[in-house]
Amino acid sequence: MELEVRKTYKLYVGGEFVRTESGRYDAVESAKKKFLANISRGSRKDLREAVRKAREAQPGWAAKTAYLKGQILYRMAEMLEGRAESFEKILRDSPGLSPAAAKKEVRASIDRLVHYAGWSDKYTALLGTVNPVASSYFDFSVPEPMGVVGVVAPNAPDLLGLVSHLAPAIVCGNAAVVLVSQDSPLASLEFAEVLATSDLPNGVANLISGHRDELVPHLARHMDVHAIADAGADAALSKQIGQDAAVNVKRVRRYLIADYFSEKAQGLDYIESFTETKTTWHPIGV
Amino acid sequence: MSTIVEEKTGKRQAAEKFESERPRLEFGGAWEYSPAPESKDHVRIEKRYGVFIGGKFVPPKSKKYFETINPATEEVLSEVAEGGAEDVDAAVRAAEEAHRKRWSKLAPAERGKYIYRIARMIQEKSRELAVLESMNGGKPIKESRDVDVPLALAHFFYHAGWADKLEYAFPRHTVSSIGVCGQIIPWNFPLLMAAWKIAPALACGNTVVLKPAETTPLTSLALAKICQEADLPPGVVNIVPGAGETGAHVVNHPRVRKVAFTGSTEVGKIIQRAIAGTGKRLTLELGGKAANILFEDAPLDQAVEGIINGIYFNQGHVCCAGSRLLVQESVAERVLGKLERRIATLRLGDPLDKNTDVGAINSKMQLEKIRELVACGVEEGAEIHQSSCAIPARGFFFPPTFFTGVAQSHRIAREEIFGPVLAVMTFRTPEEAVEKANNIPYGLSAGVWTDKGSKIFKITSKMKAGVVWANTFNKFDPSSPFGGYKESGFGREGGVHGLRAYVELS
Repeated sequence: MELEVRKTYKLYVGGEFVRTESGRYDAVESAKKKFLANISRGSRKDLREAVRKAREAQPGWAAKTAYLKGQILYRMAEMLEGRAESFEKILRDSPGLSPAAAKKEVRASIDRLVHYAGWSDKYTALLGTVNPVASSYFDFSVPEPMGVVGVVAPNAPDLLGLVSHLAPAIVCGNAAVVLVSQDSPLASLEFAEVLATSDLPNGVANLISGHRDELVPHLARHMDVHAIADAGADAALSKQIGQDAAVNVKRVRRYLIADYFSEKAQGLDYIESFTETKTTWHPIGV
Repeated sequence: MSTIVEEKTGKRQAAEKFESERPRLEFGGAWEYSPAPESKDHVRIEKRYGVFIGGKFVPPKSKKYFETINPATEEVLSEVAEGGAEDVDAAVRAAEEAHRKRWSKLAPAERGKYIYRIARMIQEKSRELAVLESMNGGKPIKESRDVDVPLALAHFFYHAGWADKLEYAFPRHTVSSIGVCGQIIPWNFPLLMAAWKIAPALACGNTVVLKPAETTPLTSLALAKICQEADLPPGVVNIVPGAGETGAHVVNHPRVRKVAFTGSTEVGKIIQRAIAGTGKRLTLELGGKAANILFEDAPLDQAVEGIINGIYFNQGHVCCAGSRLLVQESVAERVLGKLERRIATLRLGDPLDKNTDVGAINSKMQLEKIRELVACGVEEGAEIHQSSCAIPARGFFFPPTFFTGVAQSHRIAREEIFGPVLAVMTFRTPEEAVEKANNIPYGLSAGVWTDKGSKIFKITSKMKAGVVWANTFNKFDPSSPFGGYKESGFGREGGVHGLRAYVELS
């Protein structure tokens, strides 16, 4: 029998697959306690590097046309489709889904990417307004990206949860630093290979694995992170995020989503949460 | 090609020469106006005000009162209740009961009619309210008369119409009210801020407990009277005056479901921290340090008027004030000359005088803060330019001031002064202007002055600020969303965006 080549799951930072600078690794086991892989236990320094890369990448990404952003998200769906079988296998190993459940999660993740790809050139028209001010000015409001969004992805479903929070954050021009599922991160880390082959500019999406208790406070306190999507913290950690976020008046959204497969787990509201409204006034005259 | 350039350069030099050689305007007595004080006979101020709870003015359970003064004369105007924990609790309970039993059950169109009625009553009392606002806050009567009061009533009028149309604003959602909203407002636009907070909250079916600022409670209390006279169901609007401690009771009350705060970034952060983990909703409208970017191709005289309005409007007590001027190097000298001459014409003095441009600083404490930062500007090496206008012997006043030779690192270029003090810096390229404008933790507003349309869109889109004025400044409207980026807070007030903070969607 040929010996299997085991994969090392690294962090995905600035478009590169990197080991944690901390030199710490955790083993991931299957539901049947079989060793599957070692993953990086990301550190504060890894997180800071990811935020730095995200901040560098964000203005360029925001400046891309809505059409192109949509194309890139659609390509992410294409890449995931092409690798559907290997993602299903990973999900069967960890968290140990049934073949049907694994298939369902991969299909739903692909559909979610397609859903958000289509939003790229539409949300502005729905969230923007022309305001009928009572004076001689042309006054309009448009949604703009917030900047760098920190995502605390849910522990489960790990792939669909990651996609459900990453896609709406980046489709409107933000860059994201995602703390992937702590319990079963393999499919999420594998998703880095989709990101890397979808023409998404380096640094727009960064994936960090590791221990929540250790990483979340640094993410919430980081001065270059503008918003937090908190979909994976327990009540105590959520409260701490809220407190830490005040350091630079971060926008914090907490998501308690019972069913990620539902239509309610996608849509315009998720994009709106990570936009700022800018209002511009200009005199009307000759 | 080169001849054209030379010719242009030659013209410009000639223009600059002309500018510097032109005899300076000597104002002397030519700009003196006869006093034109607005009368205050029709303003009724009670000797003492209680807290407004459940539709009645009642003595505070705290048994404490504080004096409220006229900052232009330092005379005591009235004694106002200082709400304690028990008073806030009573107000929240009254608001909760009113929400449960009356306001949330009322047909939305009827809710709207009450709000329309309040708008009309403000309109009918507009002169009284304007005078009262100027007496209690120190702002020039022409501003309270032409800006604060008309905008306040416009906010009620605008939001009244939303009451029965919320389903249109949030398609695919079921819209319901949140409950009791705790609202804390600042002293710079007392009645207007009360309107910004109360009108959308009521339109969306919520009830409120409002805490006005400690130095300017009188127009909020006048608004309480208007609510009484409008037969608004008791408890829908409750007003509990007091200082920071009273505000903390409002924020921390467990039955308050939503907190809206306008004030300093420092206090905003404390509030954000305090409500973490409670599930309360929060909107914050905090400090600012707006950049006004003036390009060489702008109509300079018009721009100078905009800069003056941007920083000296309401004595600079404006969170979105254009407190930093970034002027393109090629026109800096000319613009500064114009600015210097223009501030000399600003009339400082009695807020009730209809000719007054710059009124009184809101409080002694604020005056001290302005003095401290201005002294710091001088100490750090910036050059001070100040109007030599006469300062009244009594009251709190500070002359229109600007600094040149300011570095990005100076405190006067980084901290919100909240006074009539402008920091002037220069730039060469548009990129440099954008970089300097955004290089600050605040992001409330910005201004761009240029005659070139494409440049306006390029620069305004690069501003990290919630409100951007192009070739204008300090314009407001209830239909226009207002609010900040970054440490200037989150959430919007006004427009369809402003409703979001006051509805529960499912």
